[in-house]
Amino acid sequence: MTKAVKSALIIGGGHNGLACAAYLARAGVQVTVLEAAERFGGAAVTREFAPGFQISAGAHLLFALDEKIRSELQLEQHGLEMAATALETIGLDEDGDYVSIAGGTLSGPGALDEDKTAMTRYQRQMNRFADVIWGLKDQLPPRMGTTAKDDLLSLGKLGLKIRRLGTEDMREFLRITGINVYDILQERFTSEHLKGALSVDGTLGTFLGTRSNNSVFCALHRFNRGRDYALPKGGMGAVSEALAAAAKAAGATLRTNATVASITMDFDRASGVTLSDGETLEADVVISNADPKTTFFKLLGARHLEAGFANRVHHLRTRGCVAKLHLALDGLPGFTGLDETQLGKRLLIAADMQYVEHAFNHAKYGEYAQEPVLEITVPSVHDATLAPAGQHVLSANVAWAPYDLKGGWTEVARADFLERCLSVLERYAPGLRGQILHSELLTPVDMEQEFGMTGGHWHHVELALDAFLMMRPTPGAAQYATPVNGLYLCGAGSHPGGNVTGCVGRNAAKAVLKGQG
Amino acid sequence: MKTFNIDSPMHHKTKVFPSPFHSRQAEWNENKEWSRWYDYLSVPSYTDETMEYFAGRNTCGVFDITPMTKHLITGPDALPFMNRLVTRDVSKLKPGRVGYSVWCDDRGQVIDDGTIFHLQQGQYRLCSQEHQIDWLMINAHGFDVSIVEDTHDVAGLALQGPTSCAVLRKMNLPGIENLTPFGMASFDFEGTQLMISRTGFTGDLGYELWIDPDHAEVLWDRLFAAGELHGIRPMGSDALEMLRIEAGFIMAGADFAPALHTVRSKNTRSPFELGLDWLVDFKKPVFNGRQALLKEQQQGSRYALVKLDIEDNKAAEHSYVYDTRERNIGWVTSAMWSPSAKKNIALATVKRPHGKVDERMLVEIYYQRELAWSRKMAQAVVVEQPFWDPPRRRQTPPADW
Ligand SMILES: Cc1cc2nc3c(=O)[nH]c(=O)nc-3n(C[C@H](O)[C@H](O)[C@H](O)COP(=O)(O)OP(=O)(O)OC[C@H]3O[C@@H](n4cnc5c(N)ncnc54)[C@H](O)[C@@H]3O)c2cc1C
Repeated sequence: MTKAVKSALIIGGGHNGLACAAYLARAGVQVTVLEAAERFGGAAVTREFAPGFQISAGAHLLFALDEKIRSELQLEQHGLEMAATALETIGLDEDGDYVSIAGGTLSGPGALDEDKTAMTRYQRQMNRFADVIWGLKDQLPPRMGTTAKDDLLSLGKLGLKIRRLGTEDMREFLRITGINVYDILQERFTSEHLKGALSVDGTLGTFLGTRSNNSVFCALHRFNRGRDYALPKGGMGAVSEALAAAAKAAGATLRTNATVASITMDFDRASGVTLSDGETLEADVVISNADPKTTFFKLLGARHLEAGFANRVHHLRTRGCVAKLHLALDGLPGFTGLDETQLGKRLLIAADMQYVEHAFNHAKYGEYAQEPVLEITVPSVHDATLAPAGQHVLSANVAWAPYDLKGGWTEVARADFLERCLSVLERYAPGLRGQILHSELLTPVDMEQEFGMTGGHWHHVELALDAFLMMRPTPGAAQYATPVNGLYLCGAGSHPGGNVTGCVGRNAAKAVLKGQG
Repeated sequence: MKTFNIDSPMHHKTKVFPSPFHSRQAEWNENKEWSRWYDYLSVPSYTDETMEYFAGRNTCGVFDITPMTKHLITGPDALPFMNRLVTRDVSKLKPGRVGYSVWCDDRGQVIDDGTIFHLQQGQYRLCSQEHQIDWLMINAHGFDVSIVEDTHDVAGLALQGPTSCAVLRKMNLPGIENLTPFGMASFDFEGTQLMISRTGFTGDLGYELWIDPDHAEVLWDRLFAAGELHGIRPMGSDALEMLRIEAGFIMAGADFAPALHTVRSKNTRSPFELGLDWLVDFKKPVFNGRQALLKEQQQGSRYALVKLDIEDNKAAEHSYVYDTRERNIGWVTSAMWSPSAKKNIALATVKRPHGKVDERMLVEIYYQRELAWSRKMAQAVVVEQPFWDPPRRRQTPPADW
């Protein structure tokens, strides 16, 4: 039997590493978090990008933070506050004929009557289906090929959940989960413009276009019954800070500017880490919040792994493809057709599905989109802490901008891509250019640097059916324990995947305490 | 002679390559029969397989091993690479020594077996039955090594049998008699280097000779000239098959299904299931299959590979094996009448817990006499030692015949 875990080192203080630390510390484990950057949060972070302007440098919209974690770790008591909740999604239109989506309710000058009823139905159905998939978020994925009771039980639960959908829903669930958003939106809606906006749910953050299979599966990760999009006060970093405060209050030791250079092996067991300045630390277990490739290849070394497993890790899809655009604005931007209250919503530039598909096509060939898709927030509308009075910050996720750009992300390439982003923005918000005080473009290569994530990938590892549940990141490491004794994973590369959720950290803590693997 | 250019874009048209020894093999090949051994033409039997077999046991036989898959592994990480690849501890293999090993997948199932030649510090040659380059490349990730398949750049002859050392001495290879089993040495030969290892697949005194293909024919000629009075003759694959079964050596594709080519996972075998426990070194912190094999060691194996001594003289090829109450417990994988041991022998796979030494079993043998089929339930017993293991196999220096 495995002996009780008394001490743990966590490599990385991303939000999942912090959540893991908090849960372990609450269980009495002596936890030390080692974060390479100067602040906690990884890609869930707020920082200054121009004097006086604060931005969520990675994730900017909160839509998947686990309610259980929120209450169990008392994040509100630890300072988490929302600047805005239940934000509608607005599909922008150059002529002002936007559509606005609030749960199942469709409105706005571009909304067609037939789409309004379809929208209600779509929302309800997707929520039911998302329950099946996202409902597995707290579960330790079952191991394959075992007859252990836990594993069979959790597989059984999945089967039961699908069965409980009822015959018609079950059929539809099984039909669409593996296919593409283009097909299912085409079946359900009329307005090209609306379909464009909805297709972003299935493709943003992944290397998928609207016609790529798996995009429905990804879209289901955006349906989170009744909670929609929120903006934390103080930016996304506030979530990480609250988690850090919870971990600290539970007794965890948190260190920044502590880069782990390697994981130390004691015969066939991970026994500690060595920092880049040579400091060594030991513990009963080592838990990595870094992505699988960083963990297994950079920090551990493939030679400590059996070849089949190492080969599977090697082939994980980690090509990031979303860039981040940050603008400091001298005043509120004017998006055609929107009034001031609407500027603080989730704004999408995705004219139609063809537009989205074209933007993706470039990425397949190592090019950035000539006409990118943008997911925009102007969080300073709700949150005065982010910019000087009267001024604003705009944050946009920009797709697609592949990590491995043909010819590399040279200064010329960056300048050209920035120009393309701005010229698209200008079409939807005339005069925006004149308001720009500062701009920052983060490519996936920059984010790999800043957040330490291989490929600058949103989910660490592509989110897809073949990298889901007991397949995530790959069999042998899908229960948070890895093939290396004493080494665990707690980052977005593990089930249930990326986004600001905290689930991976919580599940990993459970696995460590259970001593599974 | 090199018979093709692998770098030519049209080389695939050749399909099956003549071996660098082809011109000489063709002269000796009275049967005019050729078989295919991966990329090469090979001779099943030149004249008569039994006579060729007896050359291997009583004088010496020459077998072309060029088609064997060969790889050169070089670089600062060559040792850690090899040690992660195979089950045994390669750090114990000194430069100038050869070692037999198996290698497994992550499930602890045998991919192949072969020999590792520690050519010099930081350089190994791996010889295998099956093609391995893709598996080796997969294994190379994270190691500072270069891996080259050099099957076509090295010609090889196995010279096996009691007079083999005497033949080599006659070729003026200084100190050849001092080579110990699994040792190797290099000699100046006709303006090139001839590498000789005291290795083989016959369980007898024997050597393997390695040379560049352009010197293949001169090697053959010099060898046969030197061996004329020592009963040298070429040996085909049929004779070799008899010699290796007597020695109790297993063969990929016959006694086990190589894991990477096996669709149904239950049909593969672990080293424990092939009687190769001695090759598995758990004192290494990591090697492919280690975790699965540790588990198997605790939980027990499914199969055992046994050597059977069977009554009568009808070869038990493709036979079912039963326990004494006639319950089916396995099957024969290789079988023959052994002329040297004067025994009816077989290698067989049986379900555990069967397979203990001295255990009695029954073997169901079907045989034909003048086209008429008969069946016999023959008594058999599990034996521990190989059927052929003469002291001369290890004796250094070997007797000078
Ligand atoms: C452009 C972009 C936009 C996104 N937008 C959103 C969004 O709007 N909403 C949303 O929910 N999600 C979004 N995401 C996804 C979300 O940000 C991530 O999935 C999530 O932050 C992953 O959290 P994590 O804790 O698992 O890993 P990370 O945040 O990557 O944390 C890993 C931590 O490990 C540290 N680390 C790595 N190596 C070492 C080392 N050797 N030593 C010490 N520390 C190390 C890193 O510095 C980092 O802090 C976005 C992602 C990207 C890239």
